Amino acid sequence: MAKRIDVSGLAAYYGNTPALRDVNMSIEARSVTALIGPSGCGKSTFLRTLNRMHEVVPGARVEGKVMLDGENLYSPGIDPVFVRRAIGMVFQRPNPFPTMSIYDNVAAGLRLNGLAKKRSQLDDVVERSLRSANLWDEVKGRLRRPGAGLSGGQQQRLCIARAIAVEPQVLLMDEPCSALDPISTLAVEDLIAELKTRYTIVIVTHNMQQAARVSDVTGFFNVESHGEPGKLVEMGDTSKIFTKPDEKATEDYVTGRFG
Amino acid sequence: MSVAPAPPKAPPHGSAPFGLHHRRLPRWAVPAVVVAAVAVAVALRGTGLLSGTAQLVLVAALLSAVGVVTVSATVEGGRHARNRLATALVGTAFLLALLPLLSVLWEVVANGIEKMTPYFFTRSMLNVGPLDDAGGLYHAMVGTLEQVGLATLIAVPIGLLTAIYLAEYGGGPLARAVTFFVDVMTGIPSIVAGLFVLSAWILTLGMNFSGFAGALALTILMLPIVVRSAEEMLRLVPNALREASLALGVPRWRTILKVVLPTSFAGIITGVMLAVARVAGETAPLLLVVFGFDAINFNPFQGEQSALPLMIYQENAKGLEFSFERAWGTALALILLIMALNLGARIIAYFYAPKNR
Ligand SMILES: Nc1ncnc2c1ncn2[C@@H]1O[C@H](COP(=O)(O)OP(=O)(O)O)[C@@H](O)[C@H]1O
Ligand SMILES: [Mg+2]
Repeated sequence: MAKRIDVSGLAAYYGNTPALRDVNMSIEARSVTALIGPSGCGKSTFLRTLNRMHEVVPGARVEGKVMLDGENLYSPGIDPVFVRRAIGMVFQRPNPFPTMSIYDNVAAGLRLNGLAKKRSQLDDVVERSLRSANLWDEVKGRLRRPGAGLSGGQQQRLCIARAIAVEPQVLLMDEPCSALDPISTLAVEDLIAELKTRYTIVIVTHNMQQAARVSDVTGFFNVESHGEPGKLVEMGDTSKIFTKPDEKATEDYVTGRFG
Repeated sequence: MSVAPAPPKAPPHGSAPFGLHHRRLPRWAVPAVVVAAVAVAVALRGTGLLSGTAQLVLVAALLSAVGVVTVSATVEGGRHARNRLATALVGTAFLLALLPLLSVLWEVVANGIEKMTPYFFTRSMLNVGPLDDAGGLYHAMVGTLEQVGLATLIAVPIGLLTAIYLAEYGGGPLARAVTFFVDVMTGIPSIVAGLFVLSAWILTLGMNFSGFAGALALTILMLPIVVRSAEEMLRLVPNALREASLALGVPRWRTILKVVLPTSFAGIITGVMLAVARVAGETAPLLLVVFGFDAINFNPFQGEQSALPLMIYQENAKGLEFSFERAWGTALALILLIMALNLGARIIAYFYAPKNR
């Protein structure tokens, strides 16, 4: 049920400070889009406008349109709660619920939304999600143990399992590997390659090689100077962005000639 | 000239700028100094300069601190001496804080232990004359349990909801006003809370003296403690957890109910227990609105009741040998009650606390 996203004229603010301006972007269904750019250029902010998490920050607001298969997520009749159910998110730091077991963490999306199913169905969802997240074999013997007791890499995959258990149409990942060791990183990258067949994935990363490895399309964000709003400089096929981008700034960044 | 370098000598004490070695006090030094200090303190008492155990302990502690720091300064040098000074200060502060506590506990246990009999716990003071060695605290225990229980039942939901508002939704002028008034409430003397209930509930509304009136006064005292402690605990919950839940499409209220509250549950329980312990020992407001009553009254909504602190006060006021005994016994029972409640709360909190293994 993957869906496409079309962003037009998007601007995001924290209070009166603009963090992003005039972003236009199309994201195909069942593709992996990587967002790169220097720190503070608004990648996380952009990602959070896609599932209406931006407005959770007090005083934050958004202008412009985000169309999910033709429906504007910011039109008045839309409930952000349903948007977030349709568009899942994985954060930079693994954040499993500390009071819940591994099983309960994965089931949290269904249970907390009051969508709890019969026990056997829930068991199925949990197993399927953990398998999708490449975590099942490591935790199948200790599903009742606390999720916070796993290693960082396992916790991040647990969070991915938690996000896909509610079967979203789009999966947003904000630097999902920045706190992980190389082996866990590889596991997550493999996972992205598998999930791509079913989900639309947008991933923010600081790691050029990772962007090159996992994504079909890459978008480069930049910010002129500190305090200015960030903007989307260039977007295109990953191979093109990394070999012969149109913009000088993009080339400088991907070749490492940039701060 | 190829003179083999002389084998390195042990660096001179305290003066080797690059050496890794440093002269340390042997392990027995500190205990030895403490023993010496105690000996000196005991000797001083022998000469009549000191009186009482507390003075002895304090002087011994002071002498030990001075002694350890002096010895350390001469042998180990500046940084280590300062470290030992800090350790000694912390130790002394700990002792100072502990002394009154232990002394109170000791006094109460020593004087009240005789009363810890089934008889004392199952009798009221009905028809017990001031000179009788009889009667018990059953009626007062019933009163305290009902009054504190009712107060908790009222104060915890209101306090928790207020804390949730302040920590999760607040930020505007209303939240600032609420915070201000909660701070003001924290400073209300307990007798004023009693006077307020007396004038508003009993005199103006024409209600009777009752355990419930006492519970209302206790509620006023509990509320600010519950609000402030619960608010602190809710603020300790990492924002990442709220966002994780919201990003799953969980509505705000369910996020608070199912993620934020369970995560801070242990801390909130501790705050509630603090409030319970604080009001369970209140005497003044109960004196005004519950009145004290020698017989058992199970109904907190009708008629006068007693309460443990009230009974301590009244028995003590009678000023007779057996009434003093009863006062001590009741005091010990009150401490035991609060300890038991605390223990129960800790056990509950333990099972709800976030776990890592
Ligand atoms: N919660 C916030 N409140 C105010 N400003 C913020 C907040 N989060 C981010 N910003 C600002 O928005 C800009 C973009 O930040 P962010 O989207 O986190 O960048 P990136 O993820 O690309 O490093 C930065 O200037 C940052 O300071
Ligand atoms: Mg970021």
